[in-house]
Amino acid sequence: MPPSDLSDDARLVMSADKAAVSRALNLVEDRRSDAHARVTGLLAALKDAPKAAAGHRVGLTGPPGVGKSTLTSTLARSVRRRDRTVGVVAVDPSSIRSGGSLLGDRARMSFDPSDAGLFVRSLATAGEVGGLAYAANSAVRVLAAAYDIVVIETTGVGQSEIDIVHVADTVVLVIQPGSGDVLQFLKAGIMEIPDILVVNKADHDELAQRAVADLRGALRTAHAAGAGGGRDADWETPIIATSATKGTGIDALIDALDAHRQHLDATLPARRRQGEVQWTLDLFSRKHGEHGLATLGGVARLKARAERDLAGGDTPLGLCEHLSREYVSALGKTP
Amino acid sequence: MAEDGKQERDRPWIMRTYSGHSTAAASNALYRTNLAKGQTGLSVAFDLPTQTGYDADDPLARGEVGKVGVPVSHIGDMRALFDGLPLDQMNTSMTINATAVWLLSLYVAVAEEQGVDPSVLRGTTQNDIIKEYLSRGTHIFPPAPSMRLITDLITYTVDEVPKWNPINICSYHLQEAGATPTQELAYALVTAIGVLDAVKATGRVPESEFGTVVGRMSFFVNAGIRFVEELCKMRAFVELWDRVTRERYGVTDPKQRRFRYGVQVNSLGLTEQQPENNVIRIVLEMLAVTLSKDARARAIQLPAWNEALGLPRPWDQQWSLRAQQILAYESDLLEYADLFKGSEVVEANTQRLVDSAWAEVQEVLKRGGAVEAVENGYIKQRLVESNAARLRAIENGDQVVVGVNKYVEGAPSPLTENLDDAILTVDPEVDANQREALGHWKLERDGAAVAKALAELQRVANTDENMMIASIAAAHAGVTTGEWANTLRQVWGEYRAPTGVAGATVKASGSGASAEVIDRLRARLSDLETRMGRRAKLLVGKPGLDGHSNGAEQIAIKARDVGFDVVYEGIRVSPEQIVASALEEGVHLIGLSILSGSHLALVPEVAERLRAAGLGDVPLVVGGIIPDADAERLRREGIAAVYTPKDFELDNIMSDLIDLVDRQHAAE
Repeated sequence: MPPSDLSDDARLVMSADKAAVSRALNLVEDRRSDAHARVTGLLAALKDAPKAAAGHRVGLTGPPGVGKSTLTSTLARSVRRRDRTVGVVAVDPSSIRSGGSLLGDRARMSFDPSDAGLFVRSLATAGEVGGLAYAANSAVRVLAAAYDIVVIETTGVGQSEIDIVHVADTVVLVIQPGSGDVLQFLKAGIMEIPDILVVNKADHDELAQRAVADLRGALRTAHAAGAGGGRDADWETPIIATSATKGTGIDALIDALDAHRQHLDATLPARRRQGEVQWTLDLFSRKHGEHGLATLGGVARLKARAERDLAGGDTPLGLCEHLSREYVSALGKTP
Repeated sequence: MAEDGKQERDRPWIMRTYSGHSTAAASNALYRTNLAKGQTGLSVAFDLPTQTGYDADDPLARGEVGKVGVPVSHIGDMRALFDGLPLDQMNTSMTINATAVWLLSLYVAVAEEQGVDPSVLRGTTQNDIIKEYLSRGTHIFPPAPSMRLITDLITYTVDEVPKWNPINICSYHLQEAGATPTQELAYALVTAIGVLDAVKATGRVPESEFGTVVGRMSFFVNAGIRFVEELCKMRAFVELWDRVTRERYGVTDPKQRRFRYGVQVNSLGLTEQQPENNVIRIVLEMLAVTLSKDARARAIQLPAWNEALGLPRPWDQQWSLRAQQILAYESDLLEYADLFKGSEVVEANTQRLVDSAWAEVQEVLKRGGAVEAVENGYIKQRLVESNAARLRAIENGDQVVVGVNKYVEGAPSPLTENLDDAILTVDPEVDANQREALGHWKLERDGAAVAKALAELQRVANTDENMMIASIAAAHAGVTTGEWANTLRQVWGEYRAPTGVAGATVKASGSGASAEVIDRLRARLSDLETRMGRRAKLLVGKPGLDGHSNGAEQIAIKARDVGFDVVYEGIRVSPEQIVASALEEGVHLIGLSILSGSHLALVPEVAERLRAAGLGDVPLVVGGIIPDADAERLRREGIAAVYTPKDFELDNIMSDLIDLVDRQHAAE
């Protein structure tokens, strides 16, 4: 595709022009070195989009098979009915052998194709160890500039839901009745307590009620054992029973999301900044490893540096570029 | 019985031809000729809008009306379909599932109009939704209301239409979806168990009469080319069904425990290359379900030799009917007792299948039964894996298919000299005519009666009353198929079944030449990724109402395994949806799969919408049952490639697809 004027593109993204949003997402996925500067420029141009500051980034994660895609679909439709626009990033794993992937989330979603206020992009993890796709962080920022609510959906319990904390304002963990291992993880503090817990496939009242009760117990145990209330001690994690196929519990979930967004309002810039700091460090260490971190003074120092520079208007991608250059020139100086 | 095992000649099975197309009137004429040719039962093929609950004027029905069967939109169509055919003398099989309650209601209503008491009606409604989720794809509603419709139909007919077969548990489509004989046996049995358990749970059938329900269960089975194994499979079915009905349901009357089944022999194995060979395949497959007296089919319908090319003509179907008649009336088959009792080979093979199938039955029951194993994708994934293994065996020559991967040289066939005349083409005006007729119907009926009938349907859908009574009343009131289904969609919602592809693990191609091919394809895609900056992304779309998803699934899995990022959306997506997905996903290539014959309507529409969305430069390829003349036309209109069943080498298709992305990238 022919290169186009970045600021024009940014303007079109902010107006939720689907072709422009799609082009921007193609660009942030582009791994060629000459694309980096353009990505950095684009994200910088989108950083202060009105939607981005006011919007809500929701991370939806959980074990395979709990119905996350269907839930995302139902959630998105309900949000649209409340006259807010939605962008979705659905992340699926890539095959280690072939490098390819089957991005099947759309098969579980039914949307009105003529709806201009809804956009879904599937991303493959492409061998990223973090569980989130290479471009997921950037993709969320593109969509956040265009849509009121951005949902990022990933599979897995463990690494990916730690990653998702850095990109989402609100982390929703989805399980189904009988997900015993998740209960154990929560109790043992292996897993961070999410901002919202959803028991999906709650089609049978009795089973669902028992699952909700079990989760309450697990959260109590976790708190007693000293685990914090997610990232926020003042927030009590609500537990919501949903049935994505029947559409029940979805309004309660949206209300809980709104309540959490409101709860965050004052602290949100700081929370997002923390995520960006972490993303910067992830990007850098992915490129240059432990040696890179050590050469530039260690994690704590880099964190402080990132906080300062990002506050000064830099973006994670831009800062990572600077750090890379500093590292390379430092390498040149050491014998 | 005489010394040599000879006995009085058995009565032959019911002989049918699966047919129906264009309009009710045209299909009625076809049925009359078929009966005159000695066919002993009718087998109605409905078009996809009728099967999936849409009227001809619905946008989703575009290009599909009258294509793979007859459109039946209301009682007027049903009346025309059976005009001059007294229903008390017919034995009618209807391949209908999600809308089975509705089509049976129309049938009963027409019988009432003819002055025929419904209690004498004979025939079958397929009414098996499980295999629709797994393979055939004409489901509408989620599993719970779908099972409720099934049980409503069963409990109604057991009381009111006692000679009717209310359900045909289908293993047929499972084999088409790739099932091994073991899987075919096991998944058909767990489906039957799921249905009988659901009937029991309604509480409508007294314990003492449950045997009657069990006795009305019938099956619809496939027979493939490995006909000795298939013969054993039928014998295994008999034994396993006897076990299930005795042990699980305590049925004591042996007659009610009998495994009653109809057959359509395998269409999937029919080849586009040297299509005349298919006649021999069809006959061999028929032997598997007729040779055993102890496990003989009750009803048989044979496909036509040219089904891989397009829709068969009356003459093609007649040829298949003659094959049945020669076996039943000319040969001495029906003069003997069971030929295989005591055969070590047959008995050992049967036992092996009984054991392996029983183990898989237990596995599914352990996972919560058929419905649960559909919802969590377990069965679908097993089928997708088996099918991938089957296709790979054909591709690398382990499984011989004469004329396809072996003995491919041959003299040109005079039968296909003029290929365009060797198949049936449906008049393109059918669509518009049916729409117009529907418009008149809606104007001329009593609107108040229709509104009242629909309100009653809606009320009943929210209760646990039987849907049949309200549906028969709606049939008399002039309600249409689309109205019936839409009313229920509003109450119950729609269902998108698991595709089974995301989790399917496919054995690596092993070693040797085929592994090298895969490695080469993977290397090319990695190289392309480096040059393009991101991995090649393919959208696999299945537009239209056709739910036969095997082809699309196998392409999706193969493409992932050579290294594409593949977006697969499942079945029944509209051209609008495909274009929206292509735009949002930023794909490099789009592949469409269409088997219903509606390619000339759907493919150009997708292409046109792509251009309108600014995606005109994204290459578009199509696969399906597409006659040569149509393929030529599609290529002229800019379709990058057209694939048909003769393109069985998936590796070659993958290589083409990579070429297309590469060329497009170079052009940018």
